[in-house]
Amino acid sequence: MDWVYLIEVLVGGLMSGVMYSLVAIGFVLIYKSSGIFNFAQGTMLLFASLTFVKMTENGIDFWTSLFIAAGIMVIFGIATERYVIRPLANQDLLALFMATVGLATFQEGFSQFVWDSDVHGLQMSKFLDIGLLDPAPIFMSDHIPWLDILIPKFDIFASLVAGSLIVVLAFFFQKTKTGLSLRAVSDDHMAAMAVGIPLQTVWAVVWAVTGVIALVAGLLWAERVSVSFTLIEAVMKALPVILIGGLTSIPGAIVGGLVIGVGEKLGEIYLADVFGGQGIELWFAYFMALIFLIFRPQGMFGEKLIERV
Amino acid sequence: MSKSLLKVNNIEVVYNHVILALRGVTLDVEEGKVVSLLGANGSGKTTTLKACSNLLHAERGAITKGSIEYNDNDISKTDAYNLVKDGVVQVLEGRHCFSHLTVEENIMTGSFIRENPKEAKQDLERVYDHFERIRIRKKSLAGFTSGGEQQMIAMGRALMSRPKLILLDEPSMGLAPQLVEEIFAIVKNLNKEGVSFLIAEQNAMVALKYADDGYIIENGRVILKGKASELLERPDVKEMYLGVGAEGKTSFRDIKYYHRRKPSFS
Amino acid sequence: MIYRETGNFVTNYFKDREIFPLKFDKIIVIIGLLFLYLYVPTTSEYTLSAHVVPILAVGLATVGLNILTGLTGQLSLGTAGFMCVGAFSTYNLMLRMPEDFMSLPVALLFSGIFAGIVGVIFGLPAIRIKGFYLLVSTLAAQYFVWWFFNSYAWFLNYETSGVVAIPPKMYDYWGLGNLLGIDMQGYPARYVLALTVCLALTYFAKNLLRSNTGRNFMSVRDRDIAASVMGISVPRTKLLAFFVSCFYCGVAGGLYSFCYIGNVDLMIYEIDRSFTILFMLIIGGLGSISGSWLGAIFVYEFLIVFTWVGDTIFQGAFNTAVVENVSNMVYGVFIIALLIREPGGFAALWATTKQKLRMWPYPH
Repeated sequence: MDWVYLIEVLVGGLMSGVMYSLVAIGFVLIYKSSGIFNFAQGTMLLFASLTFVKMTENGIDFWTSLFIAAGIMVIFGIATERYVIRPLANQDLLALFMATVGLATFQEGFSQFVWDSDVHGLQMSKFLDIGLLDPAPIFMSDHIPWLDILIPKFDIFASLVAGSLIVVLAFFFQKTKTGLSLRAVSDDHMAAMAVGIPLQTVWAVVWAVTGVIALVAGLLWAERVSVSFTLIEAVMKALPVILIGGLTSIPGAIVGGLVIGVGEKLGEIYLADVFGGQGIELWFAYFMALIFLIFRPQGMFGEKLIERV
Repeated sequence: MSKSLLKVNNIEVVYNHVILALRGVTLDVEEGKVVSLLGANGSGKTTTLKACSNLLHAERGAITKGSIEYNDNDISKTDAYNLVKDGVVQVLEGRHCFSHLTVEENIMTGSFIRENPKEAKQDLERVYDHFERIRIRKKSLAGFTSGGEQQMIAMGRALMSRPKLILLDEPSMGLAPQLVEEIFAIVKNLNKEGVSFLIAEQNAMVALKYADDGYIIENGRVILKGKASELLERPDVKEMYLGVGAEGKTSFRDIKYYHRRKPSFS
Repeated sequence: MIYRETGNFVTNYFKDREIFPLKFDKIIVIIGLLFLYLYVPTTSEYTLSAHVVPILAVGLATVGLNILTGLTGQLSLGTAGFMCVGAFSTYNLMLRMPEDFMSLPVALLFSGIFAGIVGVIFGLPAIRIKGFYLLVSTLAAQYFVWWFFNSYAWFLNYETSGVVAIPPKMYDYWGLGNLLGIDMQGYPARYVLALTVCLALTYFAKNLLRSNTGRNFMSVRDRDIAASVMGISVPRTKLLAFFVSCFYCGVAGGLYSFCYIGNVDLMIYEIDRSFTILFMLIIGGLGSISGSWLGAIFVYEFLIVFTWVGDTIFQGAFNTAVVENVSNMVYGVFIIALLIREPGGFAALWATTKQKLRMWPYPH
């Protein structure tokens, strides 16, 4: 049993899991504040990163591009709330889900219409002079003699970003007044309105924040796999993550991500021979989530369904 | 004559563009009074209350005619949460507690519009004073509390916004009779502290006993109004809503249904 | 005046339960059937192949999804996967089973059953899982089925290109075509087969909706705890819904491959197909059979019409990528607008219109 190899695989899995979590966090944020399953998360990622990359390619510097892209995502979020979500408040959740699918279709066309459909590479280390973005990996054997594995510095950076997002958001939802009212809104739209919670305002804030998170996640993903249309498929990978972690749990997003990341890597390496053929990772993640949900139907940390007949 | 706090002027409400729910309802809630709105199922009580709180659009309803005035200001265009800021709050039919939040968190959501967190905390204590029963349950999830406790939670939540007018929608629904008396006694106490009430109820006996004025609504129209004590004595009210005819308990076979004297168009 | 919903006096229970109780409706249906069977097969091959037949196939899948999601409330994104099972089963049955027993209609029936069984297997988690979490099961089905047929080339008869063109002899049922001198591979014949299958299955679905089983489905959708308290076996009902729905999707897949495209190809059964069918369902209206058909017709034609409009107005000034992006934008906006205006879809719009017409000239 090659332990070092196993650890390397595990670490690799953890890191890719973190990437999934970044997308999952956006989902959970919207679901936790409104009960809406936002299918447009992936297209938001694409749009945000595409905007940023196009600007930097045209010579605008890193920080300005970042601010402008963030600003655009905020405007987009507010517009989404105003024109898509607000008119559908208190409607059937399936209708709201379909509205987000419609939104995703729109964004998909819009991003590629406004910018273009090419693949764009992104290397943030060209812009940011932070040691952590340096493409050279860390040789763990320099620190722990027997651990002869490589950890790309970028993965550590991504993990730190994801980790801090989780901490901030979890704190926000549990301890602040607005966080409490958002949790209330997701339970019952009409009751929240009746009690004096301004749905419009809080939702505009949530969607704007989600847009910015999509930008951050999009940039990190772009660094790994470049910006292209296939970024949207990150969404389909993030679904098992949130389903395992629980649709309403922010820490669940990262735990779910880690589980899926590690599981996928292990499955790829040890099970690929058993099943033959490629493309196993497509359904393996979903099967893991399925097995998980059979034992815990609301995910690891999700809220249990409370029904009164 | 005390000042009129809430004036509903001949409103017509339509759901989904095709279903007429209210055909001209006119109400008046005077300051400091408890007003009961009585009626059978489907008569339009909840619709009237939701129209006052501007929550109709969430159920695809709209006020198509008439207006609603609060403190002499037209409120048909005011957002629901702004109405809460102005002092009008509704306790929804069926309670609608936030089931995944704890009892205390539920009550605290009512204080969203408050600026001062310390005052909000004091109000929380006052709510627990009014509703002792839920103090022990404050850390449980609201979804697991009983119907009576949920009613208290919902009312406590409404109180947190320091309202001047509370719209109570069927507070007795699903509650044991003893609990109903308890709730209405609390309503009377709150009224003594200066809060006005508009209560939509099916339980005519309790509603008229604790109210100052009463309105009876049927098929989307107000058909009777007057002082609650007078309504209680009217023989037709007694027969229709209290089940007590001139010769004691009436059989259903002898009941006269209310007919409008003029033929109606719909 | 002409169309009166009153004056319809029934004298026995049988007449009371008719789907089209009014004489006017019955006449319309008969005229419609005559139109569909006698006139439409004579239209151009283009109309049949590009408009009518694909809508039949996809519409049937939408009805299938409606049974699962609209009637029973089990959200599903695996429709294309079940269609795929149906298509591949039909092909393999026709290929490998003796000819005098197996012909296209029989193969469709069996492949529907296979798809139904696969559906039940992936529907087992629905006993425990509820709500959006159930998506995981059908998505697993979608991806697994795709991978499965992709990995085992046996199913495609070891065709290296990954696409199998369906041989003409598969279309002939028991030599009937030769006997009657009709080209069974031609679009009119394909259309008649697809039409008959769709009509029969839609009729069955409509009756299912009105039957005890249909009511069980709906009660599980609305309040499953109350349903189980009443004595309805919720797991059995859910699994039955999965079976019936996936049966429909399987048959629809067979129709799609055989009657429409003419190839057995994995690429046409990817996740976007599932989403398109879900769109059709929502736009048509959950829980309404006629709504599903309306939604299917609308969504399918929308894309075609839009591309055509774009081409004629702009005379090909824009390249295909631009047209596709703009059509996506318009499509997305349209869906959102329709959902805002009427979350119940076309079926609800139609019901509201009928109600308004009944009350006309009064507003309500």
